[in-house]
Amino acid sequence: MTEISMTVNGTAARAAVPDNTLLVEFLREHLRLTGTHVGCDTSQCGACVVHVDGRAVKSCTMLAASAEGARVTTIEGLSNGELHPMQVAFKENHGLQCGFCTPGMIMTATDMVARYTANGRELSEKAIRHELEGNICRCTGYHNIVRAIQDGAAKMASS
Amino acid sequence: MTEHGIGARVLRKEDKRFITGKGRYTDDIRNERQTYAAFVRSPHAHATVNSIDKSAASAMDGVIAVLDGKQLTGDGIGNLICGWAVSSKDGSGMNMGAWSALATDRVRYVGDAVAMVVAETQAAARAAAEAVEVDYGELPSVVQAVDALKKGAPQLHDNAPGNLIFDWGLGDEAATDKALAGAAHVTEMRILNNRLAPNPMEPRSAIAAYDEAEDHYTLHTTSQNPHLARLVLSAFYQVAPEHKLRVIAPDVGGGFGSKIYIYPEEIACLWAAMKTKRSVKWTASRSEAFMTDAHGRDHVSTARIGFDADNRIVGLKVDTIANLGAYMSLFSSAVPTYLYATLLSGQYDIANIYCNVRTVYTNTVPVDAYRGAGRPEACFLVERIMETAAREMGVDPAELRRVNFVKSFPHQTPVIMAYDVGDFAGNLDQALEAADYKGFPARKAEAAKRGKLRGIGLASYIEACGIAPSAAVGSLGAGVGLWESAEVRVNPVGTIEVLTGSHSHGQGHETTFAQVVADRLDLPIENIQIVHGDTDKVQFGMGTYGSRSGPVGLSAIVKALDKIEAKVKKIAAHVLEVSEDDLVIENGQVKVAGTDRAMAWHEVGLAAYTAHNLPAGMEPGLKEGAFYDPTNFTFPAGTYVCEVEVDPETGTTEIVQFVASDDFGTIINPMIVEGQVHGGIAQGVGQAMLENVVYDEDGQLLSASYMDYAMPRADDLPSFTIHHHSTKSPSNPLGLKGCGEAGAIGSPPAIINAITDAIGTNALDMPATPPRVWAALQTASAKIAAE
Repeated sequence: MTEISMTVNGTAARAAVPDNTLLVEFLREHLRLTGTHVGCDTSQCGACVVHVDGRAVKSCTMLAASAEGARVTTIEGLSNGELHPMQVAFKENHGLQCGFCTPGMIMTATDMVARYTANGRELSEKAIRHELEGNICRCTGYHNIVRAIQDGAAKMASS
Repeated sequence: MTEHGIGARVLRKEDKRFITGKGRYTDDIRNERQTYAAFVRSPHAHATVNSIDKSAASAMDGVIAVLDGKQLTGDGIGNLICGWAVSSKDGSGMNMGAWSALATDRVRYVGDAVAMVVAETQAAARAAAEAVEVDYGELPSVVQAVDALKKGAPQLHDNAPGNLIFDWGLGDEAATDKALAGAAHVTEMRILNNRLAPNPMEPRSAIAAYDEAEDHYTLHTTSQNPHLARLVLSAFYQVAPEHKLRVIAPDVGGGFGSKIYIYPEEIACLWAAMKTKRSVKWTASRSEAFMTDAHGRDHVSTARIGFDADNRIVGLKVDTIANLGAYMSLFSSAVPTYLYATLLSGQYDIANIYCNVRTVYTNTVPVDAYRGAGRPEACFLVERIMETAAREMGVDPAELRRVNFVKSFPHQTPVIMAYDVGDFAGNLDQALEAADYKGFPARKAEAAKRGKLRGIGLASYIEACGIAPSAAVGSLGAGVGLWESAEVRVNPVGTIEVLTGSHSHGQGHETTFAQVVADRLDLPIENIQIVHGDTDKVQFGMGTYGSRSGPVGLSAIVKALDKIEAKVKKIAAHVLEVSEDDLVIENGQVKVAGTDRAMAWHEVGLAAYTAHNLPAGMEPGLKEGAFYDPTNFTFPAGTYVCEVEVDPETGTTEIVQFVASDDFGTIINPMIVEGQVHGGIAQGVGQAMLENVVYDEDGQLLSASYMDYAMPRADDLPSFTIHHHSTKSPSNPLGLKGCGEAGAIGSPPAIINAITDAIGTNALDMPATPPRVWAALQTASAKIAAE
């Protein structure tokens, strides 16, 4: 067992977990934050993306112990009361159907916009499609996810 | 059209919980004292099970039980069944091999479950499953259907000699042979339809709980049809009688057909919950999903189509071998027969069609319906051979289609279906216009300057949806009726709950269905709640597949609304002392037409429940149920145009334009309908260019992860141009046809037609990966050089 402590969605979280506990297991099974999903076992699908110290991470690929002392944000902690502009954009652009990949998509999208904004790079449709390499959606054909991220980026810029 | 009514782009009511991480999927649920199951699965494609040593696993920390197939069958749990009886041409029945949820004496595919471990944690269950020692006796295996039919092939089931399940035919063979013999031109092709893994992003999951005091079971599961699951679990698998079994399908993360069936794991979890008196939970890993979710497609066909001197089709003859895998899944027999051969007339007026289908056992995962289910296989065959014939005859492929379109309705095809309405030329024209078909030669020339081979391909698809008229499918062998049920409850305060037997796993029913109610009763959409997915709440239902939720599920709701409206008008007429005929429902009121006399909607609700002043003899309350059985299939149709550029150096193909013109009849929410088409096309692009389930010669599944199975990613796909040109279905009250599968049906042939146009050969199998395209291009170039 390993003692771990981190901040999850602004709240201190502390637990003793088996050494091999993945971050996603800690979030889902110990903290019961079930908005972060598991869609594969090879770090391909991106349904489990969360932010660790402000960067998008596949929480199925990180040991909970590796997040010791980190600041973790999950989909449940993305907004405080009002929806995050990217969440609004996914709804307004019909960027989701079954909803299973959606939390990972939104966490990836907000990270993507933040990185491109910080670097002063243009987030074109082509760039969005390239950046989504690690997030699989089976429902939408990505068409409206791309639109949602474009719109979400604009909304984030003006908010 | 009201703001939230039929035809409005209403944003989805269900989205808030999904975008905030508050969706409630099966794996998110945890019962008190939850235990976890892991399955011991065969590593061999074909083997005898000689013995199972459970001692080491049973002794491990946290292990509650290790259970095997002999215990399961010993407790009277029944074998899995196929629910659609299809007979051979000679009248003999299908050869259904025995399929136990846990194998007792023999395993027939890699992943076949032989035992299960129930433990206090998932990790303990998985570790103990590894420690179960199974003594297998390896047997020779066969994975390709064509090989399974050969003399001397390994035999899977004793009651299926030659691995043949049935040898079925549809149409008039002699007349078709005669027509082809007299044809001015005949095109012949061998057409493969590649095996696919459905891959909804949420893996299958089941949580079974047993209440010993009540002898009652509750199953949370990833199902497209919880009532059907309950029926089959009760009536056939003898897990529990229906009144002692509640099945709940909460938020379900996609299905695409693969969550229709009742799988061994659900049966085993229910049984294990009873054995252990604990709630048992199982969630598939992605690798398990690849190994156990029913696969789709896997046809090998040869087809001959004949034309007269005026380019009119005189006959089509098809021979298909369909791989059904190791066991017959729930609807596996219907997919390559009544959902396939019945669509071989395409959009065309063809007097003579004959199709022979042989279904075959192999040492692979069972094959069943996957988005489109038989109709993509039919459409791919018809549209590939039409395009090829046009090229052989030197006719514009669009014109060859147009000449042969069915132009008057109703139209009886020689393969059962009676098309009721459509405007096939209208969809073709719209698609060609939107794609600038006339401008293609200039674009091709421009691409050539950049060293790219540009090609254009069409597909004019038709499908049969609104599944299905119960008596009709019953006469064809279906074991169930395919109606739908609904209940509309108006509460005393006037808010409305609609209980539906349809199930939403991404389709947006909570919005679309509410729109129909809002439209009919002229009420705010916020006042309407759609309830589905729980056998304790909803009276019954046949679930969601075959694009049936609109045409069948919504029709049941409309029928219940008819009864609600009739009762509401009786109450209001009585209270207002007017004739029912003078009343209209408008703006949240029941009004006397042309006056300002009215009862507010909530006043009618309250009147119904207080029952202080109802017409003599009227029952209190305002709740109506309905069952709707469709009168015909519906026939969504349309034309897709795909334009590609191939890099001749690498064989890499880019889709540079994809245009759809669909006829879905009435459209309730265009935003949701377009989303369905986008997703369907993406799955079609996956089939055409990326996806392939691959087994090696020993039956090992090579494509069992996202590292090995090419799921379409965002940068594999273009944006799509979606148009609608609609004719209303006469077969249901709203004129709906269904939209869930069209994209996956129409897109593969359009894409392959475009690539083969670009590279100048007709021979190219799916998935058209860069190596395959490059190789086909070399063959085509060599042929041109030799000529």
